Amino acid sequence: MMSLARREVSALMARSKITISPTTRSLGPANLEVWVEQGRVVDARCATGVFRGFELILKDRDPLDAPYITQRICGICPAAHSTAASLALENLTGVRPPWNGNVLRNLLLAGNTLQNHLRHFYFHVIPDYVPGPEKPPFVPRPTKDYRMDKAANKRLLNHYFDAFTYSRMAYELDALLGGKGPHPHSILPGGSTVPPTAPVLMDIQARLNRIKRFIDESMVPDVHTLAQFYPEYYQIGSRSVRLLAFSMFPKTPEDREDRYFPAGVVLDGKTLPPDPKKIREHFRFAYFKDPGKPEHPTAASTKPRPNKEGAYSWSKAPRYDGMGLEGGSLARLWVTGDYRKGVSVMDRLVARVMDTRIIAGMMIEWLDQLKLGEPIFNHFEVPSEGEGLGLTGAMRGPLGHWIKVEGGRIASYQIITPSAWNFSPRDDRGNPGPFEEALIGTPIEDELLPVEIGRVMRSFDPCMACVTHVYTPSRLVQRFVI
Amino acid sequence: MKIKPEQLKDMVRLRLQPSKGRTQISDAKAQPGREKPPLVWLETNTCHGNILSVMNIANPTFPELMEDIFDLRYSNTLMFGQGSQPIEVLEAVMAGEIKDYFLVVEGTVPTKDNGIYCVIGLKDGQNYTALQAVRDLGPEAKYVIAVGSCAAWGLPFGAYPNPSGSKPVSAVINRKVINVPGCPTNPEWAVGTLVHLAMYGEPELDSLNRPVMFYGETIHNLCTRRHYYESGIFAKKLGEPWCMFKIGCKGPVTYADCPSRQWNGEHVNWPVGANTPCIGCTSPEFLERTAPFFKHLPDIQLPGVRVASDRAALATGAVTALGIGAHLAGQIATGRLQKTLKKGFSGSFRIKKGKPK
Repeated sequence: MMSLARREVSALMARSKITISPTTRSLGPANLEVWVEQGRVVDARCATGVFRGFELILKDRDPLDAPYITQRICGICPAAHSTAASLALENLTGVRPPWNGNVLRNLLLAGNTLQNHLRHFYFHVIPDYVPGPEKPPFVPRPTKDYRMDKAANKRLLNHYFDAFTYSRMAYELDALLGGKGPHPHSILPGGSTVPPTAPVLMDIQARLNRIKRFIDESMVPDVHTLAQFYPEYYQIGSRSVRLLAFSMFPKTPEDREDRYFPAGVVLDGKTLPPDPKKIREHFRFAYFKDPGKPEHPTAASTKPRPNKEGAYSWSKAPRYDGMGLEGGSLARLWVTGDYRKGVSVMDRLVARVMDTRIIAGMMIEWLDQLKLGEPIFNHFEVPSEGEGLGLTGAMRGPLGHWIKVEGGRIASYQIITPSAWNFSPRDDRGNPGPFEEALIGTPIEDELLPVEIGRVMRSFDPCMACVTHVYTPSRLVQRFVI
Repeated sequence: MKIKPEQLKDMVRLRLQPSKGRTQISDAKAQPGREKPPLVWLETNTCHGNILSVMNIANPTFPELMEDIFDLRYSNTLMFGQGSQPIEVLEAVMAGEIKDYFLVVEGTVPTKDNGIYCVIGLKDGQNYTALQAVRDLGPEAKYVIAVGSCAAWGLPFGAYPNPSGSKPVSAVINRKVINVPGCPTNPEWAVGTLVHLAMYGEPELDSLNRPVMFYGETIHNLCTRRHYYESGIFAKKLGEPWCMFKIGCKGPVTYADCPSRQWNGEHVNWPVGANTPCIGCTSPEFLERTAPFFKHLPDIQLPGVRVASDRAALATGAVTALGIGAHLAGQIATGRLQKTLKKGFSGSFRIKKGKPK
């Protein structure tokens, strides 16, 4: 119905096309193409500018190296990749971490998540709403639509600068338990490697308290300030309630899907447990050899075809039971029931801040669960054959690693990142990815400074580095290059 | 003038304004008397771990660094502008409107298919590749600094089979590139190098253009657990507080000061301190020849039985293996390690021809 109406209008009205390239503050440049009619977005395409081919690099390597190599996909969420790789290897070998090992890994992933959420909210989102000082890199500014009063502007800007200190502190939690950050060393199949001792726990507790105070006293009020001055963003960037969360933070080492954040597929209000067998990767609009039908990650290949007719992205399109699902803090909190107000720009931002607060609170509880003097790591051997699946909730959505080992080496490794879910291209039936869908209907005030598009994009917490396959082809710009 | 890292840190502190409580960037003015070098921070094929690591700098903090020492003109991760705005900044740099800038590159430079595997934006309606950007911005820069092992060595993304044709910055432009490797770089390696360049000119560099003040010694020589190595007390599995050599530590062939400097901004720990082996992330052979990460050194081999993708790396690797062999042989000759070696390696270890397992 909607597509029919759109076609009629396009016959009568001129369409303008806006291209934004590069999108900054998105951890990797993306190329957005947006078609606008009568001041509203009617169609959108998203592709990113980098291709590194991790899955090809991983082939034939030692399976034990996977947690460290996959970390290098992303400098803001390395702990998520090493967690998924460790879970996949544990699934393959049958080894489980000791009690402490599991708690320590949870703390590492959670610490990394705090860092991610702080940096995303302050360094990537806030610049779309708050003018910085009158000098680079704060100018040129992406918009003229600044509505806050002087006091609110000053407060948020000061918190922007404070966030450098607190996000650094969050990465120090990972350094304390993992040697360094980015790319901490201690998330491994079989457990973790820094034994809990009083001085380490004391240090973590002190830093956590400071971070938590910043979240409670600055970040939470700041997102409410945003919502107060930009209320229409509860409507902008909205899409159907189709969300996906993989479970995050196992409660026990046995990990029988009993985790602090449970898994769930939310389909128009109903929450069901997800079935990984229903995940398919679609190839039609991706520059990969099309097997003719959507494929499960264990069967999917990575065979680049740069000149494929009709394709526009180097990202495969992951779909669940044929549907494009959105991941992130909002999906996670929707499943737990903590936040179910709606799916829009502001809902995503508010949910992410709530998520930050909840995770910081959990971490303080977990410190009490550590048993001093007890084991942290279980040694094991990797069998020469086998398959493993590692699913975990990550900072910005569901993350899956699929590993196949033959002759003691990695025979195939497939990764579906949260950003591949959120920023995927169209699927085989032509349905847009979640971000493309969310852009449709977005009002554009000023086609020369379309800040609304960036606001919608950054509400998803884009991480273009994580879309491991993707690059953009050469393309003619028709009208505006913004 | 040679400056020790400790002195450098003090100088950086002295250079900063005395504390006025919270940094009020918005109110502060540029200090008179000194031009702040413009910084163009180009992210190519990267995980962005280096800019994120540099944001972990504690003294000075990142905002203090940007306020007092540098003028950050371009950074995809931090700049407020988007779309054509960042490209216009690059055009202004190329047009000579911004002079004496420092070009920092993090990430490998993909060269396959004319560099299409890393597009940093649209310029004149065309894809502007990282390869072109580095070639356009490199020649006129006052200094080119390759931060992180990606930019310095083209690794790990350039590891076999190198799907994107990734190369280091120094391989695509014909000029001196200062390498600050690491995966990611320690915040102080990058900031220390940049501050040295800004205030005292070029620091002393080694044959691979790495600042000697950070990369002058091996991890092994500075290691806090060196005495366990000498005494033959080796960890047998991850998480043990002994020497990590037998479970894969690449410290003996890796040049960096992690053991003394520590990570991150506040120096709280380092990988061996976390009871895991050094994986050689600052090494020009990172991943390609420092993996498998958990196999000890003489077992280093290329993945699979494929033809070596990089003969140069193979040759360096052979030298490395010989190097460690010679080091051990020297120890045995002096009689220091003879007994402990036998005990520690239980017969499976061959000094000269390590048999891959």
